[in-house]
Amino acid sequence: MITKRIIPCLDVKDGRVVKGVNFEGLSDVSSPVALGQYYSRMGADELVFYDITASSEGRALFTDILCEVARTIFIPLTVGGGINTVDDFDRVLKCGADKVSVNSGAIRNPDLVYEAAKKYGDQCVVLSVDIKRVDGTFRVFAKGGRENTGMEAIEWIKKCVSNGAGEVVVNSIDTDGVKNGFDLPMLEEVCNAVSVPVIASGGAGCIDDFTHLFKALPKVDAGLAASIFHFGEVEIMDLKKTLAEENIPVRL
Amino acid sequence: MIAIIDYGVGNLFSLKSSLAAIGADAFVSGDAAEIEKADKIILPGVGAFGDAAKKLRDCGMADVLLKEAAKGKPIMGICLGMQLLFDKSFEYGEHEGLGLIKGEIRPISEMIPEGLKIPHIGWNALQFTDKPSKLFRYIKDGDFVYFVHSYAGANCEESIIAKSEYGAPLCAAVENGNVCGCQFHPEKSGDVGLSILRGFCDMEVEVC
Repeated sequence: MITKRIIPCLDVKDGRVVKGVNFEGLSDVSSPVALGQYYSRMGADELVFYDITASSEGRALFTDILCEVARTIFIPLTVGGGINTVDDFDRVLKCGADKVSVNSGAIRNPDLVYEAAKKYGDQCVVLSVDIKRVDGTFRVFAKGGRENTGMEAIEWIKKCVSNGAGEVVVNSIDTDGVKNGFDLPMLEEVCNAVSVPVIASGGAGCIDDFTHLFKALPKVDAGLAASIFHFGEVEIMDLKKTLAEENIPVRL
Repeated sequence: MIAIIDYGVGNLFSLKSSLAAIGADAFVSGDAAEIEKADKIILPGVGAFGDAAKKLRDCGMADVLLKEAAKGKPIMGICLGMQLLFDKSFEYGEHEGLGLIKGEIRPISEMIPEGLKIPHIGWNALQFTDKPSKLFRYIKDGDFVYFVHSYAGANCEESIIAKSEYGAPLCAAVENGNVCGCQFHPEKSGDVGLSILRGFCDMEVEVC
């Protein structure tokens, strides 16, 4: 039985994790390597490193640190942020990333998903979409959720999946940061529209939110979160133990 | 010394790093003479079978593998590399493999009930078969490993050392003498994966 995946997401700026806090036994809270190892030890099923650097110097630092992470952590690594071309895929895959997540880059260049999937395989291309309700419809937002593209979200996702996106991360702008649970209606629509794995993001505030997610929507494959893990509000190991007690398959 | 065969298929960074992490001496090479000098060989691979099988033959590595396997040298295939060890594959047509593992590669859509997602992607448990395994000597039944695949081994019962349940039992790993293979990625399977690689490193040349 395939297990539900729990995925912490780390925002990295100039090669350092932003918003890191102190965990016991963790010496450098802003080191992607130290934090990645910590999460891996705690039972994270996968890690997402999101490069929020704007400058090319910062990008180079990110690439260096990614190599370092991949040298020491042996679970799947997904990289996102600043992925606009097939060359960007190449840059991070050579450093040991397993999957590459595209968001605004795919909106700007609609051929990117197809080109990358053809070159590296569908399993390598993760579509990440920021979605917000506008007048009762789901719309795709770009540039970190600041700009309404006007595109209908479900159609956009279906198009990218048919172009080769092997997984979809659904970030609900409506629930993000609210910590009141995942956006189940939005996720359900996406799950019904595509047959590739769907990763829920945005809204997790406590362990129960994950239990509720996987119980209400068995088609959702993974839950992704950032701040609740970084701030120690939810320990990944506790979360997975609770899910197991609720008969949700997890890797312990 | 372990040779990782480079034939232009897949990303070898993690495999190299994970072998380094367990203290194994490994090098990546596409050179027949160098590979023959190694005492163990790993055949990695990601992508389509037909294309990879052709590349393997064109660069002479197919012959090297057959020759070294006959000498009893430990050989491990990973993911597509495991599939290439089989007799043949039905991925987009029919393609001949190395024939070191009896059986064939078929789409998992033929093996599992409708409605399950393909590829089979994520962490799944290994269910050991009764066949004893050297590769898995340091891990236990039920350990989790990371899979990403749309095709799997079929008609290979005599070599299967572990299956994984995905609507139906799928072939997860095979072993036949000193030739073995994992459908999953040990280099992405955390500590369990590293223990499997250690099992491979501790295999000895065996004259059949």
